[in-house]
Amino acid sequence: MSIEVRIPTILRTYTKEAKAVEGRGSTLDALIADLETRYPGLRDRLVEESALRRFVNVYLNDEDVRFLDGLSTAVKDGDVVTVLPAVAGGAPSDVRGDFDRALDHASNRAA
Amino acid sequence: MLEISAELVGAIVAHARADHPDEACGVVAGPAGSDLPNRFIPMVNAARSPTFYEFDSMDLFRLYREMDDRDEEPVVIYHSHTATEAYPSRTDISYASEPNAHYVVISTRETGALDGPYEFRSFRIREGVVAEEEVRVLAR
Repeated sequence: MSIEVRIPTILRTYTKEAKAVEGRGSTLDALIADLETRYPGLRDRLVEESALRRFVNVYLNDEDVRFLDGLSTAVKDGDVVTVLPAVAGGAPSDVRGDFDRALDHASNRAA
Repeated sequence: MLEISAELVGAIVAHARADHPDEACGVVAGPAGSDLPNRFIPMVNAARSPTFYEFDSMDLFRLYREMDDRDEEPVVIYHSHTATEAYPSRTDISYASEPNAHYVVISTRETGALDGPYEFRSFRIREGVVAEEEVRVLAR
């Protein structure tokens, strides 16, 4: 047994179009590192500076891992991890607002 | 090109007006692979902002689980701009993550919550590139 990870459409370029892949690990962080060995580049779409990216949602079974332990969340065989990019956006502000400033300060890597 | 019924356009515009001055957002689902929008799903804007929208993460999870169960996909992902034109902003483009969806942007800048002129435009957003497309409204 291992852990099923469900991959959203936009990240399937990393998994050769697979909608779900399998991995191992005792934490979400370890699981993602395991996936990275077979699907290089995937980790960088999920993690930035040791934390899950703000606009990528990761769920352990039916819970958002932000409400668990983030990357440190414990995972085990038989769990299902689902990745869903946030559905978000916004209008440009007349005066440059918080999000425009945040985008300028962060490196511009889309989720 | 986006083909969409007048009834669905009406529902989307009504949602945008109802949430004005906050941005409204939602999805129109359709059978996977069909490119036919037929199920209107207004969503709550968890950001409740006049300049930003985001689906709540658990709402998003339930939406995708439900669409998966029904063999559907998000054919249209819509949101409104309340003071600017109906064109994808830099953040809209950065966060667009469904390459097969029609991104509909509505603007309520002219008449806000009231009846009157509005903008309703549709775009494909793929790998940071925006391409506007025709909207064909079907009578029904």
